[in-house]
Amino acid sequence: MLVDEEEARTVIVKTTRARQVAVVVAGGLVSALALSACAGDDLGGGGGDATGADCAAFEKYGTFDGETVTISSTISDQEADQLEESWADFTECTGITIEHNGTNEFESQIFVQVEGGNAPNLAIFPQPGLLSRMQAEGHLKPAGADAQAAAEENYTEDWLSYGTIDDELYGIPVMGSVKSFVWYSPAEFEENGYEVPTTWDELMTLTDQISADQGDETVKPWCSGIESGGATGWPATDFVEDMVLREAGPEVYDQWVNHEIPFDDPQIVASVDRAGDILQDPERVNGGIGDPRSVATTPWAEAGLQVLDGSCSLFRAASFFEAQLPEGTEVGPDGDIFAFYLPADEAEDRPLLVAGDYVGAFDDKPATQAVQAYLASPEWANSRVSIGGVVSPNQGVDPANASSDVLRLTLDLMQDEGAVARFDGSDLMPSEVGAGSFWTAMTEWVDGRVDTEKALASIESSWPK
Amino acid sequence: MSFLLHSKNGQLVLAIVAFAAVVALLLLTARLAERLRGRGRSGVMVLLFGGPALLLLAVGLVYPALRTLWMSFMDGSSESFVGWANYAHVFVDPAGVVALRNTLAWVVLTPLCATAIGLVYAVLIDRSRFESAAKSLLFLPMAISFVGAGIIWRFVYEYRGAAQEQTGLLNAVIVWLGGDPVRFLQDSPLNTLFLIAVLVWTEAGFAMVILSAAIKAVPQDVMEAARLDGAGAWQLFTRITVPSIRPSLVVVLTTISIATLKIFDITRTMTGAQFDTQVLANEMYDWSFVFGDNGIGSAMAVLIFLLVIPLVIYNVRQMARNRAVRA
Repeated sequence: MLVDEEEARTVIVKTTRARQVAVVVAGGLVSALALSACAGDDLGGGGGDATGADCAAFEKYGTFDGETVTISSTISDQEADQLEESWADFTECTGITIEHNGTNEFESQIFVQVEGGNAPNLAIFPQPGLLSRMQAEGHLKPAGADAQAAAEENYTEDWLSYGTIDDELYGIPVMGSVKSFVWYSPAEFEENGYEVPTTWDELMTLTDQISADQGDETVKPWCSGIESGGATGWPATDFVEDMVLREAGPEVYDQWVNHEIPFDDPQIVASVDRAGDILQDPERVNGGIGDPRSVATTPWAEAGLQVLDGSCSLFRAASFFEAQLPEGTEVGPDGDIFAFYLPADEAEDRPLLVAGDYVGAFDDKPATQAVQAYLASPEWANSRVSIGGVVSPNQGVDPANASSDVLRLTLDLMQDEGAVARFDGSDLMPSEVGAGSFWTAMTEWVDGRVDTEKALASIESSWPK
Repeated sequence: MSFLLHSKNGQLVLAIVAFAAVVALLLLTARLAERLRGRGRSGVMVLLFGGPALLLLAVGLVYPALRTLWMSFMDGSSESFVGWANYAHVFVDPAGVVALRNTLAWVVLTPLCATAIGLVYAVLIDRSRFESAAKSLLFLPMAISFVGAGIIWRFVYEYRGAAQEQTGLLNAVIVWLGGDPVRFLQDSPLNTLFLIAVLVWTEAGFAMVILSAAIKAVPQDVMEAARLDGAGAWQLFTRITVPSIRPSLVVVLTTISIATLKIFDITRTMTGAQFDTQVLANEMYDWSFVFGDNGIGSAMAVLIFLLVIPLVIYNVRQMARNRAVRA
């Protein structure tokens, strides 16, 4: 009797424990499966469902049965869908599945992934500085022969130079923007008989003309803002970079970005002073907002919206300002707002301040190289540009494919043989400077707390030894 | 092996196996411990139940702290030893000095103002008809993230030139009263005070709730005895209420101080740490994650850690004493 009871209890305890184990393990399985389902969602895309594509154009890339190529990038949401759509025919014809994984945290995650042995096959780097850091740590493979041949055929030397390290091509530009634009109101220009200026002097004459015609306490010819949260100051550094290209020229610009001349070289001082001719003159800024000091606290895109109100007439900003305009704004030569090229001293000189994404490879598998070669081709660039929203510096892109007038203008400039392209310098400088002291010093300079010499000297002293 | 480590499905299988192994191990040891009898039993039990927690603390807290300390004496890429150079940089770099000065202002002013406002508010609304409504009103900002609070107050502080129509609430009021618009976020050193006001706004509710509960716990007989002895309202407040709730006051003050030392969201959203509003925590973030210099970033982290430690010790001891009194 007693023995039976003991036995029965043991049985109950045992079954209870077995049940506990089962529950715990089942719970673990369920959550692990749920996690994997989420991961599956993130990695989705690739494939594509376009049918009946003409595969003849893709024969040169070969066919790969069931191979998968992974791409990491900063591109997410709608833009990621558009990107995946752009290579749908390619994946269908070659049999390569492209898994694209775009995240805002790309810049920190890519290093974690690579060092943890989980590198993707390809990555689209938002700036060449990151690409060269990756290369310096020995993680990148040079572009394959086909990709290199395609790149040399389709891109200008200016653009390729930023993807070339130690004479080897690692990064191929896939998408890009031009920053040297002035936004204006075509209707206002027509009404007042203003002409789009083609030289710097004409631009300044126009500025004074607008000031004389319309200027009062609230309306000024220019508006500008450099506030951007933790990145406050970057629009001012872009402005200065554009001025260096115009005041001192591309050769000096390269020396300055590479720190072969001091940051506070007299030519750079003159360039910043040229920016000051606009940004620090109370007769010229800041339309609709306040005095020149208000530039420092105005969000950059909000400043540009003053052009629509007529509080100012001119606003220097990159092509991507278009995305910041309110819905329903007509952008075009006869619309509410449009852009013209920020002119240089001579009409024949056309220096361009540009930025762009570079695709680099972490291995040299044939499928990886095929995808990289495809991304360097005009077929891909035209496919992506036709979908809309972006342009590519690929010279084989037909400007007719651009989705807006500003993007068409950007493409025209990118393909202009007389233009000289230089990459946004703050992205190429050491980050203590390019994302640190340069931003801070320019903000203080705009705020009127330091003069040009002092601002540039403080950046020079912060350059890592 | 490469299937397990380098493919998504393999990693999933590995994760499930590892998870099952840990569960099995725990159940097995629990079962073994249960069999033990006598003196060994309690020791094993402590190890069994405290062990995983201790292990997690060691991996998640102690190891990173020691590693940060080690990195603070190394160069930017943690490759060679540089001695005290990173610490020297913090104290010599002009931007670092500004950050230290501002952090001091934050740590002194925020707890004092937030606690004072919370205390006065708690006393004023105590046992009034609208007590719960009034409490929720002050407590509401606690539910807003620092970034959210920063964005809201950016609008309040917004500046437009004197000739323009004001879009910021405060400047609209000032201009309506006939004054000139003020650059709240741009003119140092006052701009730091306006940033501190935002944190006070969110933390006062926390102080009020804790202190209000403490005030309700003050024994009524003591209050009545004091009133019979002829004490006025002010005397009741300073001689009875404040001494009675002193332990809660200390906890509130130290808790807010610790939160203040870590603040970086408000400066980042409202001024981008420009215009001399830099603080230590934000500078640490910039050096570690934007400029990629682990040495200087770690030195700043260690500095913040050192500043927090005395507050934490005092806080813990005070709580232990409270518990002893109650027991």
